[in-house]
Amino acid sequence: MNKDQHVEFLLRLGDNSLVLGHRLSEWCGHAPVLEEDIAMTNVALDLIGQARMLYSHAGEIEGKGRDEDAIAYLRDVLDWRNCLLVEQPNGDFADTMARQFLFDVWNFEVFSALTKSSDEQLAAIAAKALKEISYHRRHSGDWVIRLGDGTEESRAKMIAALDRVWGFTDELFQMDDVDKAALAAGIGVDLEALRPAWESHVGAVLAEAGLEKPSVTWSVKGGRTKGHHSEHLGFLLAELQFMQRAYPNSNW
Amino acid sequence: MNTHPITDPALGDRAAWAVLRDVTDPEIPVLTLEDLGVIRAVDVDLEHHSVHVTITPTYSGCPAMQTMEIDIRDRLMRAGFTTVDVETVLSPAWTTDWLTETGREKLRAYGIAPPAKGEGGGKAVLMGHDPVVACPQCGSEDTKPISEFGSTACKALYRCNACLEPFDYFKCI
Ligand SMILES: [Zn+2]
Repeated sequence: MNKDQHVEFLLRLGDNSLVLGHRLSEWCGHAPVLEEDIAMTNVALDLIGQARMLYSHAGEIEGKGRDEDAIAYLRDVLDWRNCLLVEQPNGDFADTMARQFLFDVWNFEVFSALTKSSDEQLAAIAAKALKEISYHRRHSGDWVIRLGDGTEESRAKMIAALDRVWGFTDELFQMDDVDKAALAAGIGVDLEALRPAWESHVGAVLAEAGLEKPSVTWSVKGGRTKGHHSEHLGFLLAELQFMQRAYPNSNW
Repeated sequence: MNTHPITDPALGDRAAWAVLRDVTDPEIPVLTLEDLGVIRAVDVDLEHHSVHVTITPTYSGCPAMQTMEIDIRDRLMRAGFTTVDVETVLSPAWTTDWLTETGREKLRAYGIAPPAKGEGGGKAVLMGHDPVVACPQCGSEDTKPISEFGSTACKALYRCNACLEPFDYFKCI
């Protein structure tokens, strides 16, 4: 695998973490209860921390002097390689937890596999992150169960929430040339092979919640591999990157 | 404040460790970095009055890590080292098993339940089994988790069913 592909592979991982971390940070001060406000901002902090480590590593491999800040603040929307799922707006609390749960289960499988990456720094980041992701996955899974197996209203909201994001999950298991090269080099993960583990964990939680697997037939891809994003990412970046855009090179 | 460079070689490593022993976690000030187990190595080069400190982060996004790094640099420079490098290494990943016995006791006295240990602790907790957490106020083991996320990345929120007090639990990772 060439250097560009290696960097791209790391950016895809980092972009997932930063975009979802930013989304969760939007809940700060707005969550339905204090404990969840604290929980979501804690998860955001873990994800943003993981993104920083992945970006720093990508910048070092790239060798062009870009650091974590340059990667986070100075790329335009077409250069972002996060999956479409994580950039979807927060919606209500059920929407946020449905999105989080489907992502956490996938992220857990991805980072488990990455602990064996031949890229030693990536393996170290993964080992660190995996412990944190274990807590994230349990937290979002608990909420899918509580809302799904809760009141009539909470159940209806969780069903609607899963329907809204389910069509973004196919993208998580898509392998393009970069993913294949990363896999061949022992750096990456066989995303297609993770699908049964993801389906089984998601299925078990849905069953406990008394919910059916959504039967949506649409599926959208292209964020992770091509930078074809929904309109939501541009607005998210406008806020995330505002300071560096308005006051270039500002520092504090 | 001592601004004179250290010249006695015998003092080197010991002096650096002695200085670092006083540096505390900015979020849980009763714990020193030594109690936390985040300082992995200290290498002193007396000839150049320099010291290289290797630390490992507790959580990927823990905002306290940056403050710890600044504090380490500040203390060592005040102690006379002219060059201080702080390197962050991720592997092996920090675990709550590295908290020292003293650190665990200090946490308890401070009102934070220390992380579960051994059987039923560590890995088992990460896999989803609930640990037995004793209330730091009254010692009762009849406690209940309120949230797995607390006021800092390393803590969970609990409530004691015996004395009814809420408390922080330093969760296993
Ligand atoms: Zn008690």
